[in-house]
Amino acid sequence: MEGYGELIRYMPSLLEGAVVTVTVAFVSLAIALVLGLIAATMKLSKSRIGRGAATTYTTVIRGVPDLVLMLLIFFGGQIQINNIGAYFEWDYIDVDAFTAGTLTIGFIFGAYMGETFRGAIMAVPVGLLEAGHAYGMTKGQVFLRILVPQMMRHALPGLGNNWLVLMKTTALVSIIGLHDVVLRAGQAGGSTREPFIFYLFVAVAFLAFTTVSIWFLNWLNRRYSAGVRRA
Amino acid sequence: MDFTPIFENYQLYLEGFWTTAKLVSWALAIGFVMSVPLAIMRTSKNPLINGPVWAFTYFFRGTPLLVQMFLMYYGLGQQQFMIELSQTYEFLQDAYWYALAAFTLNTAAYTTEIIRGAIEGTPYGEVEAARACGMSRSLTYRRVILPSAFRRALPAYSNEVIFMLHGSAIASVITIVDLLGAARIVASRYYNPFEAFIAVGFFYFCITFALIGGFKWLENRWFAHLRPREQTATKRVRQPA
Repeated sequence: MEGYGELIRYMPSLLEGAVVTVTVAFVSLAIALVLGLIAATMKLSKSRIGRGAATTYTTVIRGVPDLVLMLLIFFGGQIQINNIGAYFEWDYIDVDAFTAGTLTIGFIFGAYMGETFRGAIMAVPVGLLEAGHAYGMTKGQVFLRILVPQMMRHALPGLGNNWLVLMKTTALVSIIGLHDVVLRAGQAGGSTREPFIFYLFVAVAFLAFTTVSIWFLNWLNRRYSAGVRRA
Repeated sequence: MDFTPIFENYQLYLEGFWTTAKLVSWALAIGFVMSVPLAIMRTSKNPLINGPVWAFTYFFRGTPLLVQMFLMYYGLGQQQFMIELSQTYEFLQDAYWYALAAFTLNTAAYTTEIIRGAIEGTPYGEVEAARACGMSRSLTYRRVILPSAFRRALPAYSNEVIFMLHGSAIASVITIVDLLGAARIVASRYYNPFEAFIAVGFFYFCITFALIGGFKWLENRWFAHLRPREQTATKRVRQPA
């Protein structure tokens, strides 16, 4: 099979693409975690507007396909931003594929993270938070020092699942032209007329990401539940 | 914002809707039929039966649907034997079948794991009762294990249906004019991506929530007598107090 020789010849380019994929995944994860925490606190807040906004956010995300949102933000967002920009006399703003891709994926998974965090926050006994307040901690300190470490254990299984799905969703950025591993494999497969081998490589690369993630998540899960007795 | 091009091209969207509906329902139907025997095999303790199914679900759940579709369409479609085959069977030149194949295998893998989980969650007393009544293994599966497993799998399966509907939007990448494909045509013809994609997002949103409502109804009506037993048990315990 000469195709495998071609695969080795294109390997440096493919590995660069894999780095792009992993970068997109991590940047989107960071956005999703921040948005998720915000959405969860809003959902649990007393403010009716806050709860309504968070519910609208998660409902819209659950109802619309990720690719539609990505195309909307990449193509539609470009036009809208420059329409607004023209009004305020800004310079032309270019929404590149990386920004649009990570923002969309982060925005989508922020909604799912919000649901996960909401459940996890509700699992933390209120007494712990009250104790923190009694010690004179500020709201922010109680949040960062008591709530987040305590709820992480409950959030981890859901968070892990979200991460595994998020990683696979990053493949969509190839559609809006970001040179990730999928797009590079497509180009290499096209020019060598061996698309099967190149896409198989991509599939194996994603399987490797998934497998490593599962190992890491299991390890993390053990660490976070160190103080919990198991039957 | 100007939505008139979308109203003018409603027929294009309607055709796209039918393509999406056909693609998703066939993939789900075939995938479901495949997944029931696979799930039973997956619960087997024999590694020769369990192993291949595990590998199948691990591959299809661990890789992006987009890559699976490309593997089918570009990879498999350009193999020599497929080219020869598509000269005799012309319909094989249509991208539709490759997308359908990829979607079917993908949903079969997810559904297999959903049903496996539900089968393994069968209260053991039910199986013992079936044995005590003298039912054979296949009869136990048909009358006891599978019906209650399907009921328990329903919430997870409704998520899978939504996932498939949303996942099917990538079919537009390989030239299929599905719902999103129609929007992409309108967007490039009128240069109005914002309106075109907002409209199609709204359509997907409506379909999604119609499906979610349908599944809720199904859970309450058709499968009321198969509602998970744990629930009724706790209710029964709590009622006297």
